[in-house]
Amino acid sequence: MINTKDNQGMLWEVFLQKKSGQPFIHAGSIHAFDKEMALQNARDTYTRRGEATVIWVVPSHTIVSSTPEDVGPFFDPANDKIYRHPTFYNIPDAIKNM
Amino acid sequence: MKSEKELEEIFEKKLANNEFIEPKDWMPEKYRHHLIRQISQHAHSEVVGMLPEGNWITRAPSLRAKLVLLAKVQDEGGHGLYLYSAAETLGISRDEMIEALHAGKAKYSSIFNYPTLTWADIGAIGWLVDGAAIMNQVMLQRTSYGPYSRAMIRICKEESFHQRQGYEIMMRLALGTPEQKQMAQDALNRWWYPTLMMFGPPDDQSPNTADAVKWRIKRETNDQLRQKFVNQTVPQAEFIGLKVPDPNLKWNEAKKGYDFTPPDWNEFWRVIKGDGPCNKERLAARIKAHEEGKWVREAAAAYAQKHNKEMLVS
Ligand SMILES: [Fe+2]
Ligand SMILES: [Fe+2]
Repeated sequence: MINTKDNQGMLWEVFLQKKSGQPFIHAGSIHAFDKEMALQNARDTYTRRGEATVIWVVPSHTIVSSTPEDVGPFFDPANDKIYRHPTFYNIPDAIKNM
Repeated sequence: MKSEKELEEIFEKKLANNEFIEPKDWMPEKYRHHLIRQISQHAHSEVVGMLPEGNWITRAPSLRAKLVLLAKVQDEGGHGLYLYSAAETLGISRDEMIEALHAGKAKYSSIFNYPTLTWADIGAIGWLVDGAAIMNQVMLQRTSYGPYSRAMIRICKEESFHQRQGYEIMMRLALGTPEQKQMAQDALNRWWYPTLMMFGPPDDQSPNTADAVKWRIKRETNDQLRQKFVNQTVPQAEFIGLKVPDPNLKWNEAKKGYDFTPPDWNEFWRVIKGDGPCNKERLAARIKAHEEGKWVREAAAAYAQKHNKEMLVS
């Protein structure tokens, strides 16, 4: 048996870049059996109206994600460091261009 | 580790703050199941919905009409894929969903169990059926489940051409010869009530509406959307000289909306239960397409296995 579950290939996540210079944004996912088919399916599914000039496809199982339950402790190191923001510093109004 | 009660409180608080629920967030099992049912039904509707229109691709009256219809039907296939993917984030596999459809366990919108008898039906579908779908989908852009909401935003961007191309077909027929106008009127007569049924049963007979509204999966009830659709569509029909087939249709100044005759809900339940004009044909066509594509999927899987061990489907 080649494929016990007939799931139409494995799951891939699709990222699109609209124009060079812009970030890649997650568009959704597709099913495909290999890289080439993944790119073609991503193109047919997510770019029928000029939504992208470059596509990334990534096997979904290779994505590593933080978990939402850890949102507090995981991002904690950044939360109390208000001195990382420009508004932490008092600069006289007379000073321009800063 | 948080207790179930604490997790539930976090979930409720997110809903109350209009925040989205994402796949890895804790959610009540009932919420998950409601979404799986609703999103997979929605996906099936997009895919089965390709059939009545596909019926006219080879007979479209011009090359332009054919190109437009092909693009529209292809979009619907895409919508099905977005939605299957959104449902998969809830832990159901594509295979399970397709199987449930083919086994007759999963539903799809009853509207697609009506036949497309003339070219005017293609106009009526785009104008009315896609119009009703848009109304529902615009609301669902703000649904509480993130992947469903994102799929809806993408779908809504594509839908407006669907409705406009349908209205254009109706308009050309309605302004054409008397026979063409009659054809358009006949299509409106046949599609009006099935379209009103698309919003689902009346609120007091809709078993799932209360939960869906409570969880912010739906933001408006079936009856609210139906009323909105009637208000919006009647002037569009009048503009091209067609008559909505309802003798009791009347503007009600007090409610700033039309009074109208509700659809025959017995017919609705009959069609849902499988006794519509095309239920058997539609399901048979889906199963046939799936079966006939089997060798392609098997060949692709064999190829992947040979060339790319780590790409294998688990
Ligand atoms: Fe659609
Ligand atoms: Fe559509």
